[in-house]
Amino acid sequence: MIVEFDDLTFDNRPRKAEEFAEIALKIRRDIIKSLVLAKSGHSGGPLGITDVMTVLYFGGFMHYDPKEPKWERRDRFVLSAGHLCPVLYSVLARAGFFPVEELKTLRKYGSRLQGHPGIDMNLPGLEASTGSLGQGISIAVGMALSDKYLDKNDRKVFTLTGDGEIQEGSVWEAAMSAGNFKLNNLCVIVDNNDCQIDGRVHEVMSIYPIDKKFEAFNFDVINIDGHDFSEIIDAFNQFNMNSKNQTGKPTAIIAKTFMGKGVSFMEDKYEWHGIPPNEEQAIQALKELV
Amino acid sequence: MNMLGYELLGKKPTRHGFGKGLVELGERYDNVVVLGGDITGSVMTSFFKERFPERFFSIGVAEQNATTIAVGLALSGKIPFFSSYSAFAAFRNADQLRISVCYNNVNVKIGGGHSGITVGPDGATHQSLEELSFLRTLPNMTLIVPCDYQEARKATIAAGEMIGPAYIRFGRSAVPMFTTEDTSFEIGKAQMLVDGNEVAIIATGLLVWEALTAADELQKRKGIKAKVINCSTIKPIDVKTITDAAIECGCIVTAEEHQVHGGLGGAIAEVVTKNYPVPIEFVGVKDSFGGSGEPEELMEKFGLTWKEIYSSALKAIERRDKGFIGYRKIKQVENFIDI
Ligand SMILES: Cc1ncc(C[n+]2csc(CCOP(=O)(O)OP(=O)(O)O)c2C)c(N)n1
Repeated sequence: MIVEFDDLTFDNRPRKAEEFAEIALKIRRDIIKSLVLAKSGHSGGPLGITDVMTVLYFGGFMHYDPKEPKWERRDRFVLSAGHLCPVLYSVLARAGFFPVEELKTLRKYGSRLQGHPGIDMNLPGLEASTGSLGQGISIAVGMALSDKYLDKNDRKVFTLTGDGEIQEGSVWEAAMSAGNFKLNNLCVIVDNNDCQIDGRVHEVMSIYPIDKKFEAFNFDVINIDGHDFSEIIDAFNQFNMNSKNQTGKPTAIIAKTFMGKGVSFMEDKYEWHGIPPNEEQAIQALKELV
Repeated sequence: MNMLGYELLGKKPTRHGFGKGLVELGERYDNVVVLGGDITGSVMTSFFKERFPERFFSIGVAEQNATTIAVGLALSGKIPFFSSYSAFAAFRNADQLRISVCYNNVNVKIGGGHSGITVGPDGATHQSLEELSFLRTLPNMTLIVPCDYQEARKATIAAGEMIGPAYIRFGRSAVPMFTTEDTSFEIGKAQMLVDGNEVAIIATGLLVWEALTAADELQKRKGIKAKVINCSTIKPIDVKTITDAAIECGCIVTAEEHQVHGGLGGAIAEVVTKNYPVPIEFVGVKDSFGGSGEPEELMEKFGLTWKEIYSSALKAIERRDKGFIGYRKIKQVENFIDI
């Protein structure tokens, strides 16, 4: 199968809700293309969280400079659910951190796009190596702690966890400490698709209610429809306000999403957690993603 | 008391050296920060906490979180030290050490306190005897086991000044001090304390003092000249010093307050087997858990004193002289350089 990527990039600025759809579509197409070439990897989660990631990186909510990835005033994003990296790689490429063409190398030997994120490969824009669930959120807490109490700057830290991931006890250690340290500069996004490898999250091991748990750890919790751009924008705006309140709380955005969103035969199917489309499926998916 | 040139300068726990070293580091570098795990008074991070309260963060009883928060701090240009008991600072957070610390390859330093059998009455749950074997297999990890107070102090400072992850192992009880402020210390360098050519005793941690005692007794009772090496860096292991000792002495005894499997003994066996096979005897805990008791009593019960080193040395010499397969005894070391 011959797969081509255009080299279109998008800038990062406040946009109206309806402007995000085009970018999200591009990202979803990238995810399908890179995964069909990789012949392995996770389809469902990345497609499901694409809308949230699109607003985060292209809506002016995160400060970064693709020309200067290590810019010392940048905001940082840690992908706690490391397996969702296809969406992060596409977003970073489309933001201009590295050539979009490089998405072809996902999971290949020597690639900077490792199967789970590895900073040893020096991929611009990637902040931490993750892949063992339940750790990235603590890394984000450490970064936020450093920014708020040691460097005393106004940088922000974002982290994304899956709803299966929060079955890991260490996630709650991290939540406890974020609340304890009043990390108003930290935003935890939970991808609540109710899917994980073995089935529905509420059947495998229910973690509900998610919002009340984070509230109990002193978070400001925002429940949103993770596919409604207006709600996503409002949530990040709310976090922006929270982040300015030094005595405030960390923010948790619980984004209700559908695994595999945008591709009919993947939508809301946990079976698509960890597999790539084959060629036929990829062609079908790309037909739908227009 | 003078033993082969080494004097007993009193007794002090290595954890005090760690605590002191941390304060000195804090004075030198303002990006050194410390994370507490609810036992700051035991692992002596309390010294740092008192001196630099604004650079100390209490994380509570949450070793996984503390280890990983340290990674976030390190990724923000800080040099974080997290310390808890080795039983929890190397195992509860094992996954975090492997992925978040070592794969990220960041400046996270772990102080593993109350290590080994000499924790004493707390018993088996708290007597970590396995962490060296695990930590040694982690890529990018540096692993240091200081032999006494001064070396613990220096090792802590050196760990803070090096780039990358490091683990320093220290203990609870007061142990002999015999190195001084002037004794040299370098990460990755095993130090020959006593020269000898009949058996090489390679020890780490508080077993180094026992090794000196054993060498003294071997000399006095049998006229045997033992070489004593303090191998305080377990990783990266000092291949040259160890191989030279194997070549010169033709037999080795390793000694550690740890399981005989996979720790110092394992590391030495790997080096020697590859470069110059000679018989090795292993002094350490023999595949069992510890138990409650007083430190010195437990050292006796679990075979961690100079006496085991002494008898192991005689055994190693005997095995060598009986014709260990592959061993050729040649006094001229130079002839073996290219092997
Ligand atoms: C510590 C750890 N245990 C197990 C896994 C294997 N694993 C990868 S993703 C996953 C399911 C995670 O579910 P969720 O967070 O809901 O992600 P989604 O299915 O929505 O992509 C598991 C168990 C892992 N990566 N890390």
